[in-house]
Amino acid sequence: MKKPPRWSSTLLSWLGDPETAEEVQGDLLELYAHWVETVGEREARWRYVLSALKLVRPLAKRKDTESSTPFFLRPDMIRNYFKIALRNFVKHKGYSAINVSGLAAGMAVAILIGLWIYDELSFNTYHKTYDLVAQVMQHQTVNGRKYTGPATPFPLGRELQTRYGSNFKYVVMSSWEGDHFLSQGDQKITQKGSYMDVDAPRMLALRMLKGSQDGLREPHSILLAESAAHALFGNRDPLNQLIKIDNKLDVKVTGVYEDVPYNARYHEVTFIAPWELYVSSEKWIQRDRDQSNWGDNSFQIFVQIADNTDFDTVNKNILLSKFNNVPPEDRKYKAEVVLQPMHDWRLRSNWENGVKTGGLIEYIWLFGFIGLFVLLLACINFMNLSTARSEKRAKEVGIRKAIGSVRGQLVIQFFNESLLVVICAFTLSLLLVLLVLPWFNEVADKQLRILWEKPLFWLFAVGFTLLTGFVAGSYPALYLSSFQPVKVLKGTFKAGRFASLPRKVLVVIQFTVSLALIIGTIIVYNQIQYSKDRPIGYNRDGLMMIQMKSPDFYGKFDLLRTELKNANVIEELAESSSPLTSVWSNNGGFHWAGKDPNLDVDFATIWVTHEFGKTVGWQFKEGRDFSRQFSSDSSSVVLNEAAVKFMGIKDPVGTVIRWGTGKDMEEFKVVGVIKDMLMLSPYEPVKQTIYLLNYGNVNWINLKLNPNKSASECLTTIEAVFKKHIPSAPFDYKFADVEFGKKFAYEERIGKLATFFAGLAIFISCLGLFGLASFIAEQRTKEIGIRKVLGASTLNLWRLLSSDFIVLILISFSIATPAAWYFMDDWLQQYDYRSEISWWIFAASGIGALLITLLTVSFQSIKAALMNPVKSLRSE
Amino acid sequence: MKRAFLGEFEEVVLLTVAVLDESAYGVTITQEIEQKTGRAVGFSTVHTTLQRLEEKGYLSSKMSGATAERGGRRKRFFAVTTAGRKALMEVKNIREQLWDALPPQTLQLMGG
Repeated sequence: MKKPPRWSSTLLSWLGDPETAEEVQGDLLELYAHWVETVGEREARWRYVLSALKLVRPLAKRKDTESSTPFFLRPDMIRNYFKIALRNFVKHKGYSAINVSGLAAGMAVAILIGLWIYDELSFNTYHKTYDLVAQVMQHQTVNGRKYTGPATPFPLGRELQTRYGSNFKYVVMSSWEGDHFLSQGDQKITQKGSYMDVDAPRMLALRMLKGSQDGLREPHSILLAESAAHALFGNRDPLNQLIKIDNKLDVKVTGVYEDVPYNARYHEVTFIAPWELYVSSEKWIQRDRDQSNWGDNSFQIFVQIADNTDFDTVNKNILLSKFNNVPPEDRKYKAEVVLQPMHDWRLRSNWENGVKTGGLIEYIWLFGFIGLFVLLLACINFMNLSTARSEKRAKEVGIRKAIGSVRGQLVIQFFNESLLVVICAFTLSLLLVLLVLPWFNEVADKQLRILWEKPLFWLFAVGFTLLTGFVAGSYPALYLSSFQPVKVLKGTFKAGRFASLPRKVLVVIQFTVSLALIIGTIIVYNQIQYSKDRPIGYNRDGLMMIQMKSPDFYGKFDLLRTELKNANVIEELAESSSPLTSVWSNNGGFHWAGKDPNLDVDFATIWVTHEFGKTVGWQFKEGRDFSRQFSSDSSSVVLNEAAVKFMGIKDPVGTVIRWGTGKDMEEFKVVGVIKDMLMLSPYEPVKQTIYLLNYGNVNWINLKLNPNKSASECLTTIEAVFKKHIPSAPFDYKFADVEFGKKFAYEERIGKLATFFAGLAIFISCLGLFGLASFIAEQRTKEIGIRKVLGASTLNLWRLLSSDFIVLILISFSIATPAAWYFMDDWLQQYDYRSEISWWIFAASGIGALLITLLTVSFQSIKAALMNPVKSLRSE
Repeated sequence: MKRAFLGEFEEVVLLTVAVLDESAYGVTITQEIEQKTGRAVGFSTVHTTLQRLEEKGYLSSKMSGATAERGGRRKRFFAVTTAGRKALMEVKNIREQLWDALPPQTLQLMGG
């Protein structure tokens, strides 16, 4: 006889009421046999299936009896879960502490990184016009390479407005954001500001507190940020008050706008003055305007595109807006005009040969990954310790199952335990973040805070807690609850040979990440140190710079020099057109004998006074310095080594260089060649530079302090002298070494953050290792006792317990090394002046990791090895 | 006294159990009802009714010893309890009273 359909029988045995399962199944089987005889097999099967289906719960009535398993989410059960979880938590204080602190550290890192990323992604979003505003950039091809920059010529603004006007809502010309000093009565403050077209407040969606967004319509007006207004006027009403910019331009305050927050480019700009005022105050700009000079790239242009268009379309339209206007001889530069949208200003600001190549966004990815990895490490710890303890808890699971627990309840219980730990850890991590945030803000140059009021933050926090709880608890919950009670209770439960494999894999992952982070950190610092030690070609000690910000500074060179020298506070004083840590002007149009006609000439041009070399202490390779003894030196120049190389001349001293054409042409004679002076980026080759002698075309006063006197003493005297001769300007000074140090700020920031994260990663990994080692030592107590009785030495035992871990570290090392090498090599490629990745970095971090591991593990293994065997063997 | 309520099908099942006496279990009850009433009864219906009657206290049940048939599964034998008997008697009494109250001519009209 054929059997009834198997699937319906199975279904019945699964979903039928377990109370009556036996007789129902029996009855149905008997009836089936009866039906087969009376109505045929087909009909019998049909009836069987129908009956079985009807008996499946919840179709059939369920029978409640007192002995059945309670629903696993009954309030009683929930209370029980918590009680047991708490008891376990308190009973194993050591494990709990390791778990909570490890997880908390991991979560704190993740929160910090999350806040940082949020801050970076929301950069500039203060402006409501965020999606519509762009800066006009241009690509130019020089010597076969495409360079991209924000500097644009004066007529381009007008061109965009008149010929391409339908693409834009606003076209705003702007000066560079720079330091200026504002004075009002006796009050003088230095502020960063910008001269911009009248539409600027609307384009930037500035929130006006006083006055209107049309404040720039009057040519002699100024808009102040709230903070600047407060600094100048205190609580008085600033509106319609008169102030002076750089002690030369009289302006009236026509509006006060809310301070732009820290995470926006315009945060630093605390005043905006009208563009027209700027044009009327500078002769050279008027010249640019009147002559329609397309060759002088000295201005910024910002636009807000029209509402019905998008950046791609506009880009296509304006691409040749400059090229079509330049004189024929400039066509070879292939000028292309493109828009850099506001949302790319911060994160995607790098261009390589005319293509956007990223920028800060790469660090966002990098740190995002680090955050995830550190969190993962913490989760791995938790899983590791839980599974390690599984054999201990196996008995508990067995007994629970034997007295009626179902698997669902055990799963819930273990998840609950992990959730409890995670919630504790999360609370602790919030405290940690609060504690670390001020320091973190300083290092990262941010103003981050916990976003208590943002639902998004809480959504993330809760999601993150649940997810971590789930990930961390999943292994124990699903693994422990699957133990078979019979085996466990009989005592034959033995984790197999491969049971510890996942645990080992987890340890390897942990140490791979930690090691890679350490190697990365060392390489970053190595690169910074390497660049800092780079020869700079001059002497930074006691070198001070003062910017000549107003006309009052000019014509006082001799006066200041003599007086300060007489006061014996300086060794020398000189003026220059660029600060020592930057190059403010670059020029082409130079010719010399033997010049390659295809070479596009571009020199950094720096005008200096006679004693510049003496002041900064530059070093001569050939020839001599400028000298007052040669009156012909007004047409002499000094080159740097890079310039000689660039020009391709054999015998530089005496070479004649012509600059300009026609009647504007001037001739210069090279009198000396200095060793390269590092003025720009410490990571790039020094640019070819020409130093020319000029007392008018200068912007900075450089002072070499008297090394025999203390800096503070010198400063007081210098300030007094400056105040006496230039009373209208505030005494603002900069030190060359400090300014130079700022060039490393970015790399140092990354280095510090990486150290912080690497340190935490190591800390978390060690916590995990510590817990694991202590567990293993505890588990092998008896074995160690017996070994000792049989004569094993402490050293023997120590080696026995530690060697397992050493192997794991070695495996991690072999994975981490190539990975770190690959990524860091890639990172270093962005610097032209870069350090080598040498083998000692890997060796040092490997040995370091090994030592840390040994220390961590040894504490436990020595403790275990020293234990009295009598004690460990005496009791069961 | 609380009125016992018995549905029509419940009454049939309860009576069948009484009729079958010692050999009343799921299969025999189902077959007996089919035979006697001539209507097709689902096993599941009978099973749930038996459960309900047991809950109401009209039936008691106990498991038989292990059997060699039907895959070694035991049978659940049902027996009518005192309450069950009482309930049956009550239903019967009510019916008889009603029959008795029927006037003779109506009885003739019905072809009785």
